[in-house]
Amino acid sequence: MAKKRYIQAINDALTEEMARDPKIILFGEDVEISMFGDTLGLLERFGPGRIRNTPICEATLTGMAVGAAASGYRVVLHMMFSNFIYTGFDAIANQMAKLRLMTGGQMSMPITILAGYGGGRSSAAQHSDTPHPLLMNLGGVNVVVPASPADAKGLLKTVLRGKNPTFFLEAGGRGAETAEVPDEDYTIPLGKVSVLRPGRDVTVVAIGTMVKHALAAIPELEAKGIDPEVIDIRTLVPLDEDGIIASVQKTGRLVVVDEARDRCSAASHICAVVADKAFSALKAPPKRVTVPNVAMPYAPASEKNVLPNPAKIAAAAAALVGR
Amino acid sequence: MKTDARNFAATKEVLVPLLRQMLLVRRVEERLSADFHAGKLPGGVHLYIGQEAVAVGVCAHLRDSDTITSTHRGHGHFIAKGGSPRAMMAEIWGKRSGICRGMGGSMHVADVSKGILGANGIVAAGLAITCGAAYAVTLDRSDRVAVAFFGDGAANQGTLMETLNVATLWNLPMIFVCENNRFSEFSPTSTVTAGDIVDRARAFKIPCASVDGNDVLAVHGAAGAAIERARKGGGPSFIEAHTYRLHGHLEAEKSFLKSAYRESAEVEEWRGRDPIALFKTYLRGEGILDEREVDALEREIAAIVEDAAQFAEAGEPADPNLVFEVMFHEQRA
Repeated sequence: MAKKRYIQAINDALTEEMARDPKIILFGEDVEISMFGDTLGLLERFGPGRIRNTPICEATLTGMAVGAAASGYRVVLHMMFSNFIYTGFDAIANQMAKLRLMTGGQMSMPITILAGYGGGRSSAAQHSDTPHPLLMNLGGVNVVVPASPADAKGLLKTVLRGKNPTFFLEAGGRGAETAEVPDEDYTIPLGKVSVLRPGRDVTVVAIGTMVKHALAAIPELEAKGIDPEVIDIRTLVPLDEDGIIASVQKTGRLVVVDEARDRCSAASHICAVVADKAFSALKAPPKRVTVPNVAMPYAPASEKNVLPNPAKIAAAAAALVGR
Repeated sequence: MKTDARNFAATKEVLVPLLRQMLLVRRVEERLSADFHAGKLPGGVHLYIGQEAVAVGVCAHLRDSDTITSTHRGHGHFIAKGGSPRAMMAEIWGKRSGICRGMGGSMHVADVSKGILGANGIVAAGLAITCGAAYAVTLDRSDRVAVAFFGDGAANQGTLMETLNVATLWNLPMIFVCENNRFSEFSPTSTVTAGDIVDRARAFKIPCASVDGNDVLAVHGAAGAAIERARKGGGPSFIEAHTYRLHGHLEAEKSFLKSAYRESAEVEEWRGRDPIALFKTYLRGEGILDEREVDALEREIAAIVEDAAQFAEAGEPADPNLVFEVMFHEQRA
């Protein structure tokens, strides 16, 4: 084990998997200089064919990923900020999410899309979105939201060895956070939650950027005599429904923390799944801690006002327990 | 015909397959039209009748390993690139013997083994997909080429500018084939398109050609030069082929359109420039085919189409549960 930064763990996964599989290529805007650091050094290591800067033309880049994947490559497309996913959305929603079905399984789409998401840094409305609900609704793409360096590396390796179009969404602003990462080659399966803190009173399911806040809410809950179970969702598609339900069966209460806007968020979907499949275990209505249905404002106090935080999470969980 | 076959040393071995493929596309489409109007097909069909010279003139130069992308009007490209009429018709009938096992239908016929990366219901989507396929060719250091067939309607999408930029900048073996059939769905092209489409590509200083898309030899000549250049590392080319959509945007249109969007005299005028009739006349005039040989070819094609239609009609309906298995690779949806 060694302490690694989140972004370094992603860089390590890319480097190791590209060394392992010569069919992996990576392109996108400014991937050579690497704004986030996740693709740093790849050009020097793997050369200008496999690593390529592109023009700013997302509608074409997503389509190119489809064409290169259909030609036998494993494509990593870096889309920088996740808001730019919208700009390239046709080939995401109409092509890579559907071509395997439309061709009766003739094609596979081994495409990994990297993009940073989330607010909290005064990047304003067009660089702060958390678009996973939109992606979850497409049906044909996987959505991975790693919260820790070790998970980022192990999940990305799984994705890069798979054959399905997958969004690997990087927690914005968390690149410098460090934690232990195993030294050996390892992978983490998609569709398995991680129970970060076992507890008996309330299940707190956190998504990506929100895991840190959920963990930070623990002391306040403990001070109130509440024993929370904190779960890192890790992947939204596939979704580990059994893992969530098993926890709710034990605690009888559910809070889902999501940086997406509330309406049709991942949180609302997870609450619906639990209401549908574990209703009799619930002692209180499931609760969502999300961003209101607004765009991300610029001014720090305004932004802070709409983002979930440990206090909001603790308040929601405590209210469910009745304290 | 404006183009003299002797310019490219055409032989009977080159010319007759062009007629044969054009006839095959035409007769398949006519059968689909009849089957649609008889209420036999589950979905709508957008037919290629009148434009056969473009797909056939281009695809005559292609190998299975070369790729094409196509549009919602994609049956002609599928057949011209070597796709099976049986498998295509079964697909359009929604059968499990269809090339896409009934999951794609008319607008999405694809045969990856033949380099047919799919007809596409999103106009201009194929441009970006082809750009990626052409990039893969350069990574493979291969002499394959990637061809994007698209319409005048798609030329008004920004993706055209983006892909022209990338293909030129990266010197990709990509051929842009714009089929200007004079209609964007129900809008005459002149009402929605400024300037000449080919001039948009000229701005990138790549080889461009504007050809009579009803003259299969003109298309064949321009495509041959573009494809040869791309195979040798000469980069992308752009061809605008001027043609005419003899049928409607889709076969069902008369059932819902409240008024006509073109004069029947215009359609009749273009019928007089039918690419197949023109080419037959040319072949007879040059002494390459006589009437008896043309008739024999027609009979051969008719038998293939009849067989394909019967195969399609007799097939088992698509598996209703297949959708859950093929959304993902080794992951149930």
